[in-house]
Amino acid sequence: MQVEFELNGKSVSAEVEARTTLADCIRDDLRQTGTHLGCEHGVCGACTVLVNGDAVRSCLMLAVQVCGEKVVTVEGLSGDELSPLQASFRKHHALQCGFCTPGFITTAHALLTNEPDADEDRVRDVLSGNLCRCTGYVPIVEAVLDARSHYARRGGK
Amino acid sequence: MKPPVFEYASPSTIAEAVSLLASGNGNAKVISGGQSLMPMLAFRLASPELLVDLKHLKNLNAISVGDDGVRLGAKVRWCDIEADQRLARNHPLLAEAIKHVAHYQIRNRGTIGGSLAHADPSAEMPGVALTCDAQITIVGSRGTRIEKAADFFTGPLQTSLEPDEILTEVHLPVWPVARRWAFREFARRKGDFAMAGVALFYDLDEKDRVVDAHIGAIGVSDCPIRLTAAEAALNGNAITEEAIAVAVRAAKSSIDPPSDIHAPGAYRRSLVGTLLARSLQQSAS
Repeated sequence: MQVEFELNGKSVSAEVEARTTLADCIRDDLRQTGTHLGCEHGVCGACTVLVNGDAVRSCLMLAVQVCGEKVVTVEGLSGDELSPLQASFRKHHALQCGFCTPGFITTAHALLTNEPDADEDRVRDVLSGNLCRCTGYVPIVEAVLDARSHYARRGGK
Repeated sequence: MKPPVFEYASPSTIAEAVSLLASGNGNAKVISGGQSLMPMLAFRLASPELLVDLKHLKNLNAISVGDDGVRLGAKVRWCDIEADQRLARNHPLLAEAIKHVAHYQIRNRGTIGGSLAHADPSAEMPGVALTCDAQITIVGSRGTRIEKAADFFTGPLQTSLEPDEILTEVHLPVWPVARRWAFREFARRKGDFAMAGVALFYDLDEKDRVVDAHIGAIGVSDCPIRLTAAEAALNGNAITEEAIAVAVRAAKSSIDPPSDIHAPGAYRRSLVGTLLARSLQQSAS
């Protein structure tokens, strides 16, 4: 089946099977490999992308379900420079192996875009849907809290 | 972890969707948010030949609050319920229970219709529907029918939905302002499936005695259940420590929860007792 949608601001199309997940379409057909696939059944959060601004798990959506929609992956959140949220992750040592990081960045970006004043409880609640086996989460939460001021001012740009 | 091969259709009317389902001879399934079905496909616990996506169907997204209660369209998502300020007042039990459903990303896609139709024994929405005597609207080849939640859930992941039927709406009866209620569940991590949960409400008469107690439990049987022995123990009595103890004993002796990798049955039974006692204390305070 032919799917056409907007990926990181550009119109894209791909020929996929109906059973192709959005995650596999983005990675294998469109070669945007920033989106990582961990569990492939909606538990780990590594594959989180934004669909029309909402953080969703791309392993739990079919590519054919995003026809005509706007999809943003971690590649779409910054240009050549790190975004303030990404810079905050580096500053706070919020990653080690980095496998889970795209999912944390997209999820936290969606959260802070909608709720720039999210408190620590809210950040922890939202990030509970993402698994990280390296950091113990503390520096991730610190990084997200520290990035809030950028979102309150300029939407995280 | 890849879904099996299937065909996909995204019809624009409900009549078309029903006719596609009927053409599938029992091998077609409805998909909307997909937050329960997609893992089932990934594990190949489900292998439909056709998926009928409801994404283009209009009029299934509404939350309406009226004199007869709350109506939720099948495609209402958890995040829609969370964002609707009216529900905290017009159906506080629903609003509270829904806070426990899944994690952030899943709440942006998962729908109440999907949760009801999937009928996980531990899921919150089926528990709320059963406890509140919800009525479920179902559209199929033979027209529209309305099913009581008590008749809808028939077993683990099983409902009275026929292969050519689509759940379109759930209706929760009107909620009096003074009603007493509580919802509690226990999971190792917030957002995970509950090992057990309790939803309850009752009204009080002029002498502060319980009238028409409704107590539901999730995670302790093949499908959500009513703790009718505990309800009977409470009706007509004031909520005292003694009444709570009697109701807890009645509840615990009336259930036989299954054991699985998450918890032994005896632990779930004990959990129901603790959750019920705390829920009753909370509702009375």
